[in-house]
Amino acid sequence: MTVEIQPRSVVSRVFSTHHETIGRQYFWLGLIAGITGMLLSAVMRIHIAWPELRLPFLGEVKPETYLAFLTIHGTLMVFFVLNLVPQSGFGNLMLPAQIGARSMAFPVLNAVAFWMTASSFLVMVAALLVTGGAPISGWTQYPPLSAIADSGPGQGLGTDLWLISVGIFCVASSLGSINFLVTTLRMRAHGMTLMRLPLTVWGWFVAAMLSLLAFSVLLAAAVLLLSDRHYGTSFFIPGGLTVNGALVHHEGGSPLLWQHLFWFFGHPEVYIAILPGMGLTSHLLATFARKPVPNYRAMVHSTLAIGWLGFLVWGHHMFTTGLSPYATLAFSALTLAVAVPSSVKTLNWIATLWNGRTRFGTPLLFSVGFVSLFITGGLTGPLLAQPALDVYLHDTYFVVAHFHLIMGMAGIFGIFAATYFWFPKLSAGRLMNERLGRAHFWLSIIGAYGTFLPMHFLGMAGQPRRYSQVPETVRFLMDLMPLHRFITVAAMVLITAQIIFIVNLFWSFLRGNNAGENPWQATGLEWRASTEDEELLVHRHAYEFFAPTDGEKDFRMQHEAEENKG
Amino acid sequence: MPLAFLLLFALLVLASVYYFGQHWAPVLAASSLFDPRLKMVLLVLGALFVVTQLALGISLWRARHRPVASSARPLRDWEWIWAGTAAVIFFGLNFAGALIFPVGTLLGPSPQKDSVRVEVTAEQFRWNFRYPGPDGRYGATKPSLRDAAEGNPLGLDRSDSAAADDIVTATLVIPTDRDVEITLRSHDVIHSFFVPSLRFKQDAVPGMDIFLHIRAERPGEYDLVCAELCGIGHNSMNAKVRVLPPDEFDRWLAEAGTR
Repeated sequence: MTVEIQPRSVVSRVFSTHHETIGRQYFWLGLIAGITGMLLSAVMRIHIAWPELRLPFLGEVKPETYLAFLTIHGTLMVFFVLNLVPQSGFGNLMLPAQIGARSMAFPVLNAVAFWMTASSFLVMVAALLVTGGAPISGWTQYPPLSAIADSGPGQGLGTDLWLISVGIFCVASSLGSINFLVTTLRMRAHGMTLMRLPLTVWGWFVAAMLSLLAFSVLLAAAVLLLSDRHYGTSFFIPGGLTVNGALVHHEGGSPLLWQHLFWFFGHPEVYIAILPGMGLTSHLLATFARKPVPNYRAMVHSTLAIGWLGFLVWGHHMFTTGLSPYATLAFSALTLAVAVPSSVKTLNWIATLWNGRTRFGTPLLFSVGFVSLFITGGLTGPLLAQPALDVYLHDTYFVVAHFHLIMGMAGIFGIFAATYFWFPKLSAGRLMNERLGRAHFWLSIIGAYGTFLPMHFLGMAGQPRRYSQVPETVRFLMDLMPLHRFITVAAMVLITAQIIFIVNLFWSFLRGNNAGENPWQATGLEWRASTEDEELLVHRHAYEFFAPTDGEKDFRMQHEAEENKG
Repeated sequence: MPLAFLLLFALLVLASVYYFGQHWAPVLAASSLFDPRLKMVLLVLGALFVVTQLALGISLWRARHRPVASSARPLRDWEWIWAGTAAVIFFGLNFAGALIFPVGTLLGPSPQKDSVRVEVTAEQFRWNFRYPGPDGRYGATKPSLRDAAEGNPLGLDRSDSAAADDIVTATLVIPTDRDVEITLRSHDVIHSFFVPSLRFKQDAVPGMDIFLHIRAERPGEYDLVCAELCGIGHNSMNAKVRVLPPDEFDRWLAEAGTR
């Protein structure tokens, strides 16, 4: 726990530069975004299953409404939940404590980054609500659809607001990344070498490196697209187009340029979303299995490998665009290469549990769920990485199943695990309710598999993505309606499970049990008693767990002076 | 907890095996290596799925039911073996696929001399098909002349002599015994030419003329659906692909030319 005098005025408390406050602010922003995104997807699923149904407030769900919800759902979930909560939220909350620092390197920059992110969120909400409609071109915003305002409802002001929101988000994210990198490199306590860092810190560190490099490219792409839309440039718009009967007065551009730029950002982005969760999973499995992470060095190297390779595979999103077969082969091989460090990690997680004296608790459950969902979602990666198969499966529900399982569900389970584990730090030293936590876990994992596993079958059957409604004139798609309805029901179970979480969250903030100093008997510096701040010296690696002699404890915290190991 | 996890996992495996059987891709109308290849990959990945999820479940079960364990054996050797195995499996799949992809890949003009040529033009929210007619040449088109209401969605320049015999249809009609060489275009935004029964998809990118060739083998009527988000009519942008035996196709083409 860091000691810092809290400023008095409301303004300085709201615009606090204290990293724990900022971490909590990111957490709440992410929660609001997540609930919004979830409700949007609920409407989407209900409409697909029962297209004639008129919903309260919305009435009949028109195609533009569905597609707008689809666009904002993806955007909110990827940027404002999966980028925000694992990294900016829990990272800000816990990084200094875990490395033995009193604060982040640049507290004011940190606050600026948060409030820019919050502004970005407000602009995104405005894009959803503005007259003229919300953008309908998906979170991927492929031009010319996203470049020509007349190509659909919401492609005017709605798309402009989306681009502005994302632009602000890119800047904020880059500022935040600088903070993470400098803090990790320069502000570790004495004795905390890089190879003694908890794996959570490695996750944040590599994710921050990726963020810094990737978001700048997205920012550039967004600026170019805004320029095409308003300043007569033609980066992405070729000649000879007619939209709505009118000639489009642009020429010379290439829609594929956007795809290259976007996916050069977009692929590292999904690793930014998952790396902190992977670090946390290693951390929690070791803590609950009461065992060191087997081969810590391999886990660090595989984190770095995944980060590095993540920059080389963007073309696998473009196999059907008409790339040269040689480029296709190269991207395919590199994509399959990422499967190797990912497999190393998966084996490591299982090996951590294998001979463990595992204590069961909600954080463990969600970490196990993370591994399970990561395996299921991850294994379809090597499948989609093969162009011969992707040619059929691209832009079908098979891909939707893949990324929802591995990014949506595994990533979210990482967030839940972090919330239950670090709740004493998020709140004022309380614990979340264990019973409700377990109910949340079981309903969620059943709902997650029930919703997303059948989507593989939809994809195999040829159901394309982003259809606002299954077309009645296409027989083979109408035959899939029972499957669509099953998925919607499972999705409702999954969504309902989150109500348990919200109730538990709020109840525990107010009335949760007292956590005590180190409720999980973990080894990290964040659980040390606060009076030990002076003369902090780290003596050992992060996962000193062992078989106890009678009556003794089975772990040693990183800063305990007793015995020098690792 | 471990038992419940293993039960859930068993249910998933059974459901997957059953439903993958139920919901395979639509009837195959072309010779394609896709189906056997996908089956093989699903089996390999399915085996990995079973092994890893089982290991996860069993490791939890062992924690419940085993006495206190001693410290872990070093994992280093196992990790090299496992990483190596994973690399062999995944790269093996890749290179086997690469051998298939150029063979099965349908990008580029057809090597066959007597292939049927069709121009497929995608636009919001319709597919247009154009045959060059007996003169074998596509007539000139101009964006300014495009007018679907007037029956000229492609903007055919009537003053061009080559345009006179062009056949423009809303259904793609192709024969079984010959390659069909397609020039894929778009008038406005990115669309995607997806015929599940041919196991094939190619994006129609504005500003690009993409050449591909397909060959159907089973007469019948199949669906063409758009597979790239193109606006509010994305889901209604469907067309039919009619595959006819050779003499029926010749008759259709001759008759269509006289209209």
